[in-house]
Amino acid sequence: MNVSTSPKFKENVHGALRDESLQRALGRLKTGFRDKRLAAINNLPEFEALRDQACDIKNHTLENLDHYLLKFEENVKANGGHVHWCADAAEARETVLRICRDKDAKSVLKGKSMISEEIGLNDFLEKEDLKVVETDLGEYIIQLRHEPPSHIIAPAIHVHKEQVADSFRETHKGRDPNRSLAEPRELLDEAREVMREHFFAADIGITGANFLIAETGTSVIVTNEGNGDLTQTLSRVHIAIASLEKVVPTLEDASSILRVLARSATGQEMSSYTTFSTGPRREDDLDGPQEYHVILLDNGRSNMLGTEFQDMLRCIRCAACMNHCPVYGAVGGHAYGWVYPGPMGSVLTPSLIGVDEAGHLPNASTFCGKCEEVCPMRIPLPKMMRHWREREFEKHLSPASMRFGIKAWAFLASRPRLYRTATGLAAKVMNKMAGGRGRLAKLPLAGGWTQIRDLPAPQGQNGKTFKELWAEKQAQKARGSK
Amino acid sequence: MTSSTPNADISGAGKPRVGLFVTCLVDMFRPTVGFSAVKLLEEAGCEVDVPMDQTCCGQPAFNSGDKASAKKVARPLIDMFADYDYVVAPSGSCAGMIKKHFPELFADEPAMLDQVNALSAKTHELVSFLTDVMKIDAVAASFEGKVTYHDSCSGLRELGVKQQPRKLLNSVQGLEISELSEPESCCGFGGTFCVKYPEISGKMVGEKTDDIKSTGAKTLLAGDMGCLMNMAGKLAREGSDIEVRHVAEVLADMTMEAAPIAGKKGEQAS
Ligand code: SF4
Repeated sequence: MNVSTSPKFKENVHGALRDESLQRALGRLKTGFRDKRLAAINNLPEFEALRDQACDIKNHTLENLDHYLLKFEENVKANGGHVHWCADAAEARETVLRICRDKDAKSVLKGKSMISEEIGLNDFLEKEDLKVVETDLGEYIIQLRHEPPSHIIAPAIHVHKEQVADSFRETHKGRDPNRSLAEPRELLDEAREVMREHFFAADIGITGANFLIAETGTSVIVTNEGNGDLTQTLSRVHIAIASLEKVVPTLEDASSILRVLARSATGQEMSSYTTFSTGPRREDDLDGPQEYHVILLDNGRSNMLGTEFQDMLRCIRCAACMNHCPVYGAVGGHAYGWVYPGPMGSVLTPSLIGVDEAGHLPNASTFCGKCEEVCPMRIPLPKMMRHWREREFEKHLSPASMRFGIKAWAFLASRPRLYRTATGLAAKVMNKMAGGRGRLAKLPLAGGWTQIRDLPAPQGQNGKTFKELWAEKQAQKARGSK
Repeated sequence: MTSSTPNADISGAGKPRVGLFVTCLVDMFRPTVGFSAVKLLEEAGCEVDVPMDQTCCGQPAFNSGDKASAKKVARPLIDMFADYDYVVAPSGSCAGMIKKHFPELFADEPAMLDQVNALSAKTHELVSFLTDVMKIDAVAASFEGKVTYHDSCSGLRELGVKQQPRKLLNSVQGLEISELSEPESCCGFGGTFCVKYPEISGKMVGEKTDDIKSTGAKTLLAGDMGCLMNMAGKLAREGSDIEVRHVAEVLADMTMEAAPIAGKKGEQAS
């Protein structure tokens, strides 16, 4: 499995905040994604109803997951394809390798797949001497840069076009060294040319899947570049890798969810390409792979069923939550330290790699609720991050200072008289320290606060609490009415 | 204060009895907000009482994953406020905690269900209570100049507080609202978040104060002390002379009673 740097989240954050080029790139989230999503949903009055429908479909499927998965398998087989059930990342990698070896494959083409990132497939296959080429432009760029994706639908969102040009010059040998690569169009054209050679030489094409359709045994991918289609039709063997929760009962269900997916993701009504693959090439088909395999990966999902994290399995990977997240917007995807960033990652990553490893992620949230507001699948992301904090607390993973602080505070706050005395005293001390200026630049034990901002002091000259003043007023009133 | 159509619930005999949930930050840092709330509620025709044994809603523990401590702090409130017609807090965050999260917190205690749901149903954030329940659409207050308004996350997303403060602010004499370009984006407070992850919080509040400054407003208003202290503290650190106040102080016409949050600017903090 991919190594995570999630335990070093704070260091990652420190670096990300000082990375000017990253910060510039993150500034594009608003115009690139947020404004477009808003325009798209404002154009679709039934969007809220569609969200409900999409949730219902997924909830129903999750309640009957075994049934629909078996049905999917049955239909893939009926179409002449193969299904491989893989419990974890290692099993999935080995299965892919076995198929490659069986076919004597030398090269593997990849369509964009987060599951392949999750299981660390590229590195693994390369170590086994297979040539792996990513065909999604963003994925291709980060492959050249030896980086993980920093966003689930825009993997190279942190990279500038100048950096892309540098990578291309370095990798694409035998071209005019003085060619212009200043414009996005020029980069695109060059990538396309290079890619084309790979497409015709490929043995194996690996794609992800946005949906698996149980009633037909079909895998569905949505892309904007058409690379996925070529990957799966031009290769001799098509392997679709998907996690269990991608299954939906019917074609109709998939199209309902598609209506919220692209709008939430990029603000498009539909992605440019939506491709349905059902089995290998049939006799009278003009093209298509000779073999069709589906890797059904569990890797921790079934453990989420029936728990407070089950709702997370409704996720359709649209990325709306991270596009709108102020924390993601501040630090970018790499800071999260593993495959899935943003709010969906903060909930999913602890399930997949353990909360002891990914403990920072569900804590690094203000619970502002923006992610839940925009999530087309109405996943209660803040609530589930809180559930992770509860698990951490139960397992004594949260920092001792915090645990002690909360306990001490709860002790006080459940003893009203003591609480009144203590807060009254604290207010007066802080007030005195502020010396009439209304704020403190430093306060013992408040370094996390004062590192960034002054601490407003309790109001007034005397720092009396509301309850003290209220009691005084009530007493005055009582005297007055006597 | 003017009311368009009196609420059906309250048009009957007697004034509605409101238990004020002061909130721990108002109690300790900003008593004027508490008195502003009392004034606004009384002018709206309520009888206001302040249960003296109240402390906090338990949110810091709840959001830290310590449910046991959260319950310990939250439980007494359920009895304490049982006899009031309404519970009102000058904070969307604390009202949201009681209204939205108490039922969740006590979900594993079926015996508590009725009481907790009853408390949840009658709990409101101050400004939306005035407009939505008491049907107030104007206040008798004046405040000269341009203000801007930050929508605090919990009030906005848990309770739908958005137009209500603007509606009442528009009735304040001399006041003009200049909107932020991103009024709904989080200020980076987030309770313990701001001290656990100060760097991220700093980045977020820095973006917020940039936005505030670019409105040209002289005063920043919001409905939650946590956010206000965060933004006021940052503005002060940056040497800005923009003044920060809780919206209730302006609506209650009590801005003369207290210097702005974090004090008058232009001098160094101690
Ligand atoms: S959690 Fe929701 S918003 Fe985020 S990627 Fe999944 S479906 Fe999209």
